[in-house]
Amino acid sequence: MTSQDNMSEEHLPEAHGAHGGELAVHGDAFADPGLPPHEHRRTDIDEHAAARAERQVAMWFLLSMVATIGFIASYVLFKPGPELKNTVYIFPLGHISKLNFSLGMTLGISLFAIGAGAVHWARTLMSDEEHIAERHPIEASPEVREQVFADFRQGAKESGFGRRKLIRNTMIGAMAMVPLSAVVLFRDLGPLPEKKLDSTEWAKGKRLVNMNTNEPMKASDITVGSLTFAKPEGVEESDEDFQEVIAKAAVMLVRMQPADIKDQTSAEWGYEGVLCYSKICTHVGCPISLYEQQTHHVLCPCHQSTFDLSDGGRVIFGPAGHPLPQLQISVNGDGYLEALGDFSKPVGPGFWERS
Amino acid sequence: MKKLSARRRHPLAALVVLLFALATTGGLYAAFAPAGNAQADSSQSLQIEQGKKLFAVGCSSCHALSGEGTKDGPTLVGVGSASVDFQVGTGRMPAQQPGAQIPAKKVIYTQDEINELAAYVASLGAGPSIPTSDQYAAGDVAKGGELFRTNCAQCHNFAGSGGALSEGKYAPSLDGVSAKHLYEAMLTGPQNMPSFPNSTLSTQNKQDIIAYVQHTTDPAKNPSFGGLTLGALGPVTEGLFGWIFALGALIGIAIWIAARTPKAKKS
Repeated sequence: MTSQDNMSEEHLPEAHGAHGGELAVHGDAFADPGLPPHEHRRTDIDEHAAARAERQVAMWFLLSMVATIGFIASYVLFKPGPELKNTVYIFPLGHISKLNFSLGMTLGISLFAIGAGAVHWARTLMSDEEHIAERHPIEASPEVREQVFADFRQGAKESGFGRRKLIRNTMIGAMAMVPLSAVVLFRDLGPLPEKKLDSTEWAKGKRLVNMNTNEPMKASDITVGSLTFAKPEGVEESDEDFQEVIAKAAVMLVRMQPADIKDQTSAEWGYEGVLCYSKICTHVGCPISLYEQQTHHVLCPCHQSTFDLSDGGRVIFGPAGHPLPQLQISVNGDGYLEALGDFSKPVGPGFWERS
Repeated sequence: MKKLSARRRHPLAALVVLLFALATTGGLYAAFAPAGNAQADSSQSLQIEQGKKLFAVGCSSCHALSGEGTKDGPTLVGVGSASVDFQVGTGRMPAQQPGAQIPAKKVIYTQDEINELAAYVASLGAGPSIPTSDQYAAGDVAKGGELFRTNCAQCHNFAGSGGALSEGKYAPSLDGVSAKHLYEAMLTGPQNMPSFPNSTLSTQNKQDIIAYVQHTTDPAKNPSFGGLTLGALGPVTEGLFGWIFALGALIGIAIWIAARTPKAKKS
């Protein structure tokens, strides 16, 4: 059934012409011209051309074999390692490891040659005669449909699904209950983070330890315009849970002229212009420390969130939803910088239960 | 003489007079201007005196006559000689134009003149002084790599090739920067780079970082095993290369697979 059959006769151009208009089209302008006559390729009619194409396909496959042998040979011959003698200069790649280059090239050629041979084979030697596959309507014939509906009605009647309500209801109940076992299993993926996201290793009286020297710092060590990374006292890189702890507790120390600090609370939480901020971006938790000492901006390289450390870590650009948390610090009796407690807000990205 | 006065109303007369005046002034200046390091004296006070003259000519328009700074340039009181040696020694100063970032360019002062300028600026107020060559000798590469990743890689990238900062600023590439300038940059924190004073990043730490930077940016010591580095800038250049060359090659092959096979007879 085509669209032409749906069109009523008087809308066709021929009909207009028949009613006395000047427009007269002879024959059917929209008739299916059918397929053009098939044209043979050279390889279809010339036995020599076909033989040559066969040789070309075989050459591709042979090339693949040679490349595979080359791969094995390269693996045996060339040494890995960071020495300059293991590299070779190849234009335009520059200096490159002999092993990397030869393995990549030979494996690439051996795979590509199989594909190229297959494509060349299909294009030159496999039959390219056109075949027409007629399309049929998807809908079944009315008799078949009627039979199916009748069978369904009879089946429903014989099973008594509508009549025996006890069976129906218990079956629905059983099927609804099955997914509950999945809920219990998924519960095992927990436990829920509890309050772990709200707190870090920082606590009152913990000294700030320089990440470079592993020594506690005095306020005079932090000069104006400098940037220093610190960890809580008692946390060592050799600890088993170091990565877990530092992922939340990492901080950076900056110092600015007290007059440059716009946020009064922020200034009070620091010590004579020394401010201590979390190093974890509040967007998705990338470590950030791209600090610009003139503008006091900190940029996150992941999504360009920008925080102003002179204004309480306020977000001035980008997708971050919370200001950068500041750690309240002071100096202890010996003059070393220490924390006055944990962060007042959870560090890092937001989460459902975040207060 | 009469010939000359007859032509004094010629349309080009003003231009000729102007060129003559400019050439004379320039010539006189070249003849009488302080002749650079010609009479450079090693004595401290003379060096400061020479530096002050150079400063008045080259720097004072932005940093004011005695280095107290204007709205175009910050105060230089207390920045120290290391800062001057870095800024002028890498060509960043004198700045071509004010902007988000003052880039490195051709160095226009000789090292003697830079030393004189540095001596003068150091005399304005105490600050970090130019390091001696044993201070910036290369240290331990492996330790330097750790320190670099903690302190420097966030802006200068894992390979030292630099990266973008906010509002047009950027961290420059560290390729080819001399050990002395690396040390001075860490010590003084030029432009928007924070400083890493000896109290938080020791001289030994700085030497380790210098060793790492010089190792990692030297293709003879640290050859690229993957061949073309594409600037070692990470996903931006690698993605661009993949989209253009890898996808381009795939499209080319797809066209070849689906192309019309040549026929025996032209239709």
